[in-house]
Amino acid sequence: MSPVPSLWTLLDAVKDPEIPVVSIWELGILQDICQPDEGVVRVKLTPTYSGCPAMDVIAEDIVRTLECSGYPQVEIERSLSPAWSSTWILPNARRRMRNFGIVPPVADSANSIACPQCDSTETLLVSEFGSTACKALYRCSSCGEPFDYFKPI
Amino acid sequence: MDMQQEAVKDYGVRLGDDALILGHRLSEWCGKAPALEEDLALANTALDFIGRSRLFYSHAAELEGNRVSEDTYAYTRDCREFRNLLICELPCGDFAFTMARQYLVDEFYLAFMQGLTFSVEQTLAGVAAKAVKESRYHLRRSRQWMRVLGQGTDESHDRLQTAVNDLWGYTPEMFEPDELERKLVAAGVAVDTSGLKDDWMKAVNKTLAEASVQRPEGNWAVRGGRQGIHTEYLGHLLSELQFVQRAYPGLEW
Ligand SMILES: [Zn+2]
Repeated sequence: MSPVPSLWTLLDAVKDPEIPVVSIWELGILQDICQPDEGVVRVKLTPTYSGCPAMDVIAEDIVRTLECSGYPQVEIERSLSPAWSSTWILPNARRRMRNFGIVPPVADSANSIACPQCDSTETLLVSEFGSTACKALYRCSSCGEPFDYFKPI
Repeated sequence: MDMQQEAVKDYGVRLGDDALILGHRLSEWCGKAPALEEDLALANTALDFIGRSRLFYSHAAELEGNRVSEDTYAYTRDCREFRNLLICELPCGDFAFTMARQYLVDEFYLAFMQGLTFSVEQTLAGVAAKAVKESRYHLRRSRQWMRVLGQGTDESHDRLQTAVNDLWGYTPEMFEPDELERKLVAAGVAVDTSGLKDDWMKAVNKTLAEASVQRPEGNWAVRGGRQGIHTEYLGHLLSELQFVQRAYPGLEW
């Protein structure tokens, strides 16, 4: 991590628009921040999915946030390697994600996906693809509520 | 740009073409898929492919010193300049046709992208590493639909069989390296697609059997996409895809 703590704190305010309770750093999308030259801030991002439409919005939010704090020269660098992994999501963020109604990714089998409303493990996969590419759609057989599951990738 | 770089650029553009054209076809289902879940799934899969094409095109544009951009490749080239596999440009047909095509190419792209992660070209390897993860999901779903349609009603089975019959002759092209590919395989950049055929055939045979679908007889084959010789369908697709940039060149949002 680069030695610009104030910039990291500043960008804690930038969230994934689809998961507004988790910062892009906690999600693992924000890879690095540095100041290669006087007055220039370079931000390294990695996309969750190749076609994630939220990436453009996130990049715009970063530029706007930094501009408002006196950093008019922002460079966004896209990094692809290593490929983003859902295991990079930080534990605190997983908890908040679940409280928000999105079940965080589970590493191994699909049978331990518990309903975020009632904690029942009697849940069914409705579709591999939910409201966005990163989520699958489930339904709880106990309480009947549908919910999003963040897919392991 | 030296000759090697020129070749890597061309290779990136053709991979971008595959992804863009297939992604566009999938996006045509948006708003009219047979069920809401399918609508979301097809749109999300389309986004994965269009995202993939942007990554390949951007890299190619970088190699050209950014004199061009991803949009230049997508919006300003004519039919004969596209190098996508023909199977990607065929019209969607019915749902069985769309899913059968998707299954046949998903089996191919998963193996292909796994191979491409070993490319000495770091960016291609990086794009491939992301694509592998996405293709696993695509394949799981399309293979499942093969079983569901094949073992469903008489009608869904017949439609699937017809789709596989109609698509079969477009599959050999996936495994026929041309001069560019051979040159880049030797340089450690490209994937030797001829080496993927046996495993692909094994996997497809298994799935067709599970779906109670006959593997088509005969060996008709249509090819030409990698040389820019296309079916009549690509021009119609491009006229829609490129309309805005053709009517208002250089327009920005
Ligand atoms: Zn529940």
